[in-house]
Amino acid sequence: MTTTDSPPDARPGPARAPARRRRRTGDTERGFSRVFRWVATGSGAFLLLVLAAVAVFLVARGLPALTASPDELSDRGGLPTGMDSLWDLVGPLVFGTLLAAAMALLLATPVAIGIALFISHYAPRRAASVIGYVIDLLAAIPSVVFGLWGGRTLAPVISDVWVWVAGVLDVLPFWTVEVTNTGRSLATASVVLAVMILPIITAVSREVFLQTPTLHEEAALALGATRWEMIRTAVLPFGRSGVISAAMLGLGRALGETMAVLMILSPGILYSFQIFDSGQQQTIAAFIASRFAEASGLAVNVLIATGLALFVITMVVNMAARAIVARRKEFSGAN
Amino acid sequence: MSATSPTAATTTETAERTRALLTAADPGRRRADRAMTVLIYGAFALAVVPLVSLLWTVVLRGAERFDADFLLTSMRGVFGGMDMGGAYHAAVGTLMITLTATVISVPIGLLVAIYLVEYGRGALARATTFFVDVMTGIPSIVAGLFAFALFSIFLGPGAKLGIIAAVALSVLMIPVVVRSCEEMLKLVPNELREASYALGVPKWLTIVRVVLRTSVAGITTGVLLAVARVIGETAPILITAGVSDSINFNPFDGRMMTLPVYIFSQYRQGPVPCQEGALDCLVDINFDRAWAAALLLIVIVMLLNLIGRLVTRWFSPKLR
Amino acid sequence: MAQRIDVKDLNIYYGDFLAVEGVSMTIDPRSVTAFIGPSGCGKSTFLRTLNRMHEVIPGARVDGSVELEGVDLYGDDVDPVAVRRTVGMVFQRPNPFPTMSIRDNVLAGVKLNNKRISKSDADDLVESSLRGANLWNEVKDRLEKPGSGLSGGQQQRLCIARAIAVKPQVVLMDEPCSALDPISTLAIEDLIQELKKDYTIVIVTHNMQQAARVSDRTAFFNIAGTGKPGRLIEMNDTATIFSSPAEKATEDYVSGRFG
Repeated sequence: MTTTDSPPDARPGPARAPARRRRRTGDTERGFSRVFRWVATGSGAFLLLVLAAVAVFLVARGLPALTASPDELSDRGGLPTGMDSLWDLVGPLVFGTLLAAAMALLLATPVAIGIALFISHYAPRRAASVIGYVIDLLAAIPSVVFGLWGGRTLAPVISDVWVWVAGVLDVLPFWTVEVTNTGRSLATASVVLAVMILPIITAVSREVFLQTPTLHEEAALALGATRWEMIRTAVLPFGRSGVISAAMLGLGRALGETMAVLMILSPGILYSFQIFDSGQQQTIAAFIASRFAEASGLAVNVLIATGLALFVITMVVNMAARAIVARRKEFSGAN
Repeated sequence: MSATSPTAATTTETAERTRALLTAADPGRRRADRAMTVLIYGAFALAVVPLVSLLWTVVLRGAERFDADFLLTSMRGVFGGMDMGGAYHAAVGTLMITLTATVISVPIGLLVAIYLVEYGRGALARATTFFVDVMTGIPSIVAGLFAFALFSIFLGPGAKLGIIAAVALSVLMIPVVVRSCEEMLKLVPNELREASYALGVPKWLTIVRVVLRTSVAGITTGVLLAVARVIGETAPILITAGVSDSINFNPFDGRMMTLPVYIFSQYRQGPVPCQEGALDCLVDINFDRAWAAALLLIVIVMLLNLIGRLVTRWFSPKLR
Repeated sequence: MAQRIDVKDLNIYYGDFLAVEGVSMTIDPRSVTAFIGPSGCGKSTFLRTLNRMHEVIPGARVDGSVELEGVDLYGDDVDPVAVRRTVGMVFQRPNPFPTMSIRDNVLAGVKLNNKRISKSDADDLVESSLRGANLWNEVKDRLEKPGSGLSGGQQQRLCIARAIAVKPQVVLMDEPCSALDPISTLAIEDLIQELKKDYTIVIVTHNMQQAARVSDRTAFFNIAGTGKPGRLIEMNDTATIFSSPAEKATEDYVSGRFG
């Protein structure tokens, strides 16, 4: 292809060279086949265009909020009272989003690795596929149902646990732990988020663990390793980068999840580590969903600008995760 | 040594030493192994608890109001703690919006998959593959904001239509469709394509008649699973199609309710402040409706998953 | 330290399928015993039962007994993990851990034991094991480099060093040269001759010249047909097996008429 597609000046051939010679390998591609190729290629390009459009529209519609004066923002920007700059709003929201996602990740990753190892190295083969199906089932449950369950069933039950945990933590001298007895705290929301991102982390980790070469597992066992020691010497080092990217994919999900937070958390806009109390933090996605219906004019621009912040954060996380996965693929392909 | 002088004494001595060697399990290591086994079984049990609790609660609470009346009435004219009203309008909206999103997503997704598998080479293909993966990570609310911003150019800022929600869902659905179709097209063996070329069939006909025909079951499954994934989306629909109490079949005209948004709006209304002794007033009616709609939604999602898997099992051609 | 192995009436099953039937043999200490036979005759499977590595394969089980100095490896109080420390194994393809350095690969088995090992002891063990595997002079300047950077033959000798670092009594080798070039093969064969001074060596090989070169005794396994169990046909001094075997099948096999 590179030789046939050389620029015209490099090949000053006679003008009568038929256009069809451009692709020597494409002899069968005439008429509709060529149209079909362009349609297919065009849709590939269209997809990139859509992603670009998402970014462009968010920037274009968020821009008025970024350029508005403090007076305009506090007048018509729909900001909570007492705020006159966009950063006063976006800052705590980004903080809340990151805090919720980080806690969810901290809870979900060890459990997900455990389940993935259970499926790949502990459970009997027939049980393993059933368990994989059960975990997929967890992924199929809509987020709004998780929110309903979290708000109505989990929150009242788990609030007792939080009161106890807060009581234990309150022993620490430099930190007073506030706790609500409604359960509508960031801690509860994070638990539900953790359950929601469990399936994706499990699925990716499981695939990596299953790819561990039998050779290395047997080498460890033949040295007199127990099953856990075999996993520690052969499976975990092999799967480390895969688990990292799995966790980052999970992080991406947790960052963008709306309903579970919206339906469970009683929000506030503070930089606060009081994760067991209500009225402290809020996430970007839940904030947008809760304010969008009543917003108009500049307030909409403000919401879209916060959405842009979320978009940027999740894109960075996801691209990093995918880049790790892609590099891993190249490695295993070379071996 | 035992081989050269096999007296009884040395034999038992070496046997004892060997026995000591073979039974000398380090208790610390064995305990660590046991502990990890328990932890790993525990991790699985821990994941099953919320799943069972959720399904159990949804079935139990949802079944209370899950009847023909709930499925066939809307919320029009229902207010307060009235013991009536259903999710018919939401089911209709879900059907219309998801159908529209599917009609938009499947052709585009399928064509992109064909491009990646049959034509894709070079920078554009690499970029497309990478960004399809990245697109699967777009937060759903951002997709909603995008669709809103796109349509507000033509329709002004206040527009709330089913079609806007469908476009938002398409942004979420296309990458899923691409991924699953791509997997399915890759499964078609190259021999089939070459056999077709050898008969003088042009490439586009080969793709349509041979490749797509062979993988139609897998593609159907992929589409059904993609539908199952977006049918539960709430946030993008909430901000693009709004909330409605009435039946609306037209995605191009007026607000539309969907099941997930219905669940959310019922949940948000919370308990009803009934007057003392009021007979026709149920305090928890809104939550009851939310649970019933959640049951309906889960049944739909599970059915889509089940049918999707069965389609592959029954209709996929035997390639091996 | 080398020890003798007595196998009595050993049957090996995969689920309900009888893979190897009725093997009885004695393996002498400080000697090299070679297993030969056509593909699928169960010689590798049998080798794995000598350190219970077959238990890694789901559904695999044995009846009969394998005794190390009179102690049954399948006895109730015997720990399979301890068995594998006592009876080391080298595999068909070299398999150093890719994430570890050469030094860490040698120490991998020792470190499992959680016991704190002082740096000087560790250095001594690394050197003696690598010397034992005839690899020390080639790698002494790059002990911290990954083991996967070595050539195939060096990797296999690294695996042997790793196996003898845990101080086993017996070393099992499952076709250790099948993935190596002739020069590397010779290096391994020389090494086997040295190792037999200290260890009981059992080697499975497809290569009859190799069996003739390295082993003191040879066992010939055969299979009557697909779906039938593999059996031990005969076992004798290597010279006898290759010059005047008792069985017709052995003669046909060693003279290259099948297999």
